[in-house]
Amino acid sequence: MAAKEKLKQTPSQTVGPYFSYGLTPEQYGYDYKQLAGNDLAEADGDGERITIRGQVFDGNGETVRDAVLELWQADSQGRYAHPGDPRGSNTGLAKEFGGFGRVGTGTLPQHYFEFHTIKPGPIGDGQAPHITVVLFMRGLLNHAYTRIYFSDEAAANGDDPALALVDATRRDTLIAQRRETADGIVYQFDIHMQGDQETVFFDA
Amino acid sequence: MSEPSEYTPRDWSSHPPQIYPEYKSTPLRGPTKPLVVLPQTLSELTGPVYGQDAVGPLDHDLTKLAARNGEPNGERIIVSGVVSDEDGRPVPHILLEVWQPNAAGRYIHTDDQHDAPIDPNFMGAGRCVTNAAGRYRFITIKPGAYPWGNHYNAWRPNHIHFSLFGPSILTRLVTQMYFPGDPLLELDPIFNGVPAASRHLLVSKLSIALSEAEWALGYEFNIVLRGRKSTPMET
Ligand SMILES: [Fe+3]
Repeated sequence: MAAKEKLKQTPSQTVGPYFSYGLTPEQYGYDYKQLAGNDLAEADGDGERITIRGQVFDGNGETVRDAVLELWQADSQGRYAHPGDPRGSNTGLAKEFGGFGRVGTGTLPQHYFEFHTIKPGPIGDGQAPHITVVLFMRGLLNHAYTRIYFSDEAAANGDDPALALVDATRRDTLIAQRRETADGIVYQFDIHMQGDQETVFFDA
Repeated sequence: MSEPSEYTPRDWSSHPPQIYPEYKSTPLRGPTKPLVVLPQTLSELTGPVYGQDAVGPLDHDLTKLAARNGEPNGERIIVSGVVSDEDGRPVPHILLEVWQPNAAGRYIHTDDQHDAPIDPNFMGAGRCVTNAAGRYRFITIKPGAYPWGNHYNAWRPNHIHFSLFGPSILTRLVTQMYFPGDPLLELDPIFNGVPAASRHLLVSKLSIALSEAEWALGYEFNIVLRGRKSTPMET
């Protein structure tokens, strides 16, 4: 058959400054149920509970107060809650682990974001444990994809095919630093939009 | 179930550049280094699944969802369209989230200090799921224009913010829908950041077919998400 002409992708637009009551209403105090928040941990009793905390910095080094971050991750057994995961997603756990979280930077002091989740297991294709991050903010015209890797997985990170694609001097921007605190295990993961420490953003 | 097939890349001839200086928030926020191209692994080919059970019974009707003691002010409209991939195949059962200001151009977000009235019967957020044919439908109020600080007398054209998931995290899309014939469009740096040949894709069309007589005008807004690399054989 003749190749049909493809439709053009609908262009991306900035999320703007006023996403809070549409995307993260409960976090910002609006009377509307939110579909996803910053606590993913509860549903996976088998996993190691962790906090991921950080800030988003603009090109002047100022913290961004109107960004929204989304996490997409596998469960502690490395399975995604999606029909495309051939291993049968998330069966056998007490509750379904959805693997999706969302938080805005506008409600904590100094514009921190914080996720409470579990450390994902390796998905079994040679990649080190990681979490996909999707980032939106006022002034960002296309959402940015990045990944969180874990500082205590040095050996796996060394063999990770995605990290191998990244210039060695920039790999640290993708590695969350583990700290044991009175509040549990905290991984620090800051995002720099620009500058010497500009975070590696992906296009898949 | 077998692994899903790969997606076509983001079409950078249709999306805006990372930095568009006329929109003054972009020069300090857009990435400056090239994106690192990643193969599509299971992490990219999966994504959150939200179906009809995620949506409340009034979530698609913004004129009723937050009403307290009456109807919201403004022009009632119906917004509907088909979500498809680049090959024109409908994308069924996916979540759309929308948010917008009220008829006076005022968002309920506490950061919005525009001196226009809040409407006690209108919040401006809603959601719905596409049906088996990829079609979605909202009932809402036509949003007003509002001023913003980008430049002297900068006013945003009437618009509704849209967020879509699609079948994987790669088909994620956040965009804005505009209205036909709006004279503010050609002055708007957010709209103009889109390559000229694709701008019309963000402008809805007045649709008498979608309108309901004596009740509400309809606007058609179709959305195209990233498609699959391998097209299934057509018979
Ligand atoms: Fe807006």
